[in-house]
Amino acid sequence: MNEPVISVKNLVKRFGNFTANDHLNFHVDKGEIFGFLGANGAGKTTAMRILSGLSKSTEGEVVVAGYNVNTHPEKVKQNIGYMSQKFSLFEDLTIWENMRFFAAIYGLSTAVFKERAQMLLNKLGIFHEKDRLVGELSLGWKQKLAFSVAILHRPSIVFLDEPTSGVDPITRRQFWEMIYQASAEGITVFVTTHYMDEAEYCNRVTIMVDGRIEALDTPAALKKQFAARNMNEVFLTLARPNNQ
Amino acid sequence: MKRFTAFVRKEFLHIFRDSRTMLILFAMPVVQILIFGFVITTEISDASIAILDKSKNEMTREITAKLASSGYYNIKHLLHSENEIEAAFKRDRVKMVVVFEPQFSKRFYADKQASVQLIADASDANSARILTNYAEGIITSYQNSKNSDVGAVAKPIETQVRMFYNENLDGVFMSVPGIMAMILMLVSAMMTSISITKEKEFGSMEVLLISPLKPFQIILGKVTPYILLAFVNVLTILAMGYWVFHVPIRGSLFLLLGESMLFTLLALSLGIFISTVAQNQMVAMFMSMFALMLPTILLSGFIYPVENMPYVLQLISHLMPPKWFIIIVKSVMLKGNGIMYVWKETLILMSFTLLFVGLSIKKFQVRLK
Repeated sequence: MNEPVISVKNLVKRFGNFTANDHLNFHVDKGEIFGFLGANGAGKTTAMRILSGLSKSTEGEVVVAGYNVNTHPEKVKQNIGYMSQKFSLFEDLTIWENMRFFAAIYGLSTAVFKERAQMLLNKLGIFHEKDRLVGELSLGWKQKLAFSVAILHRPSIVFLDEPTSGVDPITRRQFWEMIYQASAEGITVFVTTHYMDEAEYCNRVTIMVDGRIEALDTPAALKKQFAARNMNEVFLTLARPNNQ
Repeated sequence: MKRFTAFVRKEFLHIFRDSRTMLILFAMPVVQILIFGFVITTEISDASIAILDKSKNEMTREITAKLASSGYYNIKHLLHSENEIEAAFKRDRVKMVVVFEPQFSKRFYADKQASVQLIADASDANSARILTNYAEGIITSYQNSKNSDVGAVAKPIETQVRMFYNENLDGVFMSVPGIMAMILMLVSAMMTSISITKEKEFGSMEVLLISPLKPFQIILGKVTPYILLAFVNVLTILAMGYWVFHVPIRGSLFLLLGESMLFTLLALSLGIFISTVAQNQMVAMFMSMFALMLPTILLSGFIYPVENMPYVLQLISHLMPPKWFIIIVKSVMLKGNGIMYVWKETLILMSFTLLFVGLSIKKFQVRLK
């Protein structure tokens, strides 16, 4: 139905003797919300770093937004957005200055930046706060703003690395509403998370265990396949088979 | 280009919003040069001394008067016996005691051999040496004048000393080149290494690397503000040296500024290298402190002359970039030399810069893999 915006074939990443990604195969469709799950150390971050051009694969072919990440990393970078769990925005700059900075490094013109930033802040209802330092904001606001900034240049894909960790349930809900909105506008969302209720919100979910993809399907299909009541049970069955 | 200016603008905002950074960048150079210029001075004036005059004749009184009027000494006590010398040092804290032997002038004229003893408090070795040297000089010149009075030809060799390039032996002449080296190291190497590792520590470096910015653009963007600020510092130090302390700039100002820029680039490349090695700001700061500041102060010839160091330390001092910069600055500023006299040192600075840039690039590529 849709052309894939991410296609991964036989992706292998080794660090010495350790295989972090063991022959990964998957594709992500346009506008899809693709959940990337796995215990700590399962290889999620490594895979995401390769997809975003931050690190090179040992073997395999990765095409993101129509470009091979190994041969055209610059083209890929221009077409993706990224939000990390560790860093959201520069705390000693104001909201407006942060937005202006990221708009400029993604090559937006001043006029386009002003129009989009104004629209975005109005939508969030904080336009009057645009000159406040980001450091004064709550974590929830920072994450919502960081997400807005990550899609300010209208990328075809946005990578979210545990975007809601440490955020309260209400803000998480608002955050996912923003994700749905971006998806409805045609932006593909690639998200890693530790919250299994969030996994339910995804169109399709991948579960990684020890560098391999152990399951990949819609949440409904996965629950059926593993005879589980919710995604939490699916995850526990796969991630800790010995404990069952 | 627009990306680059946006980046530099962001860096300036980081700098101007952090009061501690601002303090280091702008207050420190001024404070340093004032401290080194006014407080740490090797000149001596009004040192307390005591006199033990066992002959008390016209000649010893004349010498005492000459010492008193030289400006170097302040005669605090007149002692009466040897027993009081120790007490003068300990209780009255005099720096030097001058002892004239009994029958001084008689021995001078009759035996052609009169002796005066200079006892100095050498718990402060430097001042002790300077005080005794000055006193010797004063006594020698007095002796010469007396000899010519009596027509004796006891003046076979007359030494005449002139101090080239620093007639008054002003300590601040030494300090200005050293402070320039130190401040440039601090601003360029330490501040950049801290600001780059900060991005690594906070995770923003990852976000920047995923953006369309190329790694060299990121590094260049981080470094540019510090090049400008370092240049401002060079101008501040030179201006204060020139107008406050009257340190001359005898050579070409253009050459001096050029060499300072070269040294700034060197320090920046060193700072970038440190940031590729250090994982967080603390480590970067300690590496800069121990790897850069201490050697700059101790091994560069800034305070302690390299020639007097043990051979091994002299060899190590060759590896200290500030040493070569200080040589260049002294040569251009004080001796008025042109590039023909400092091209070797200039080449050494350039080689150091290339070395650190090369190492940083190599290190950076290894990390990306």
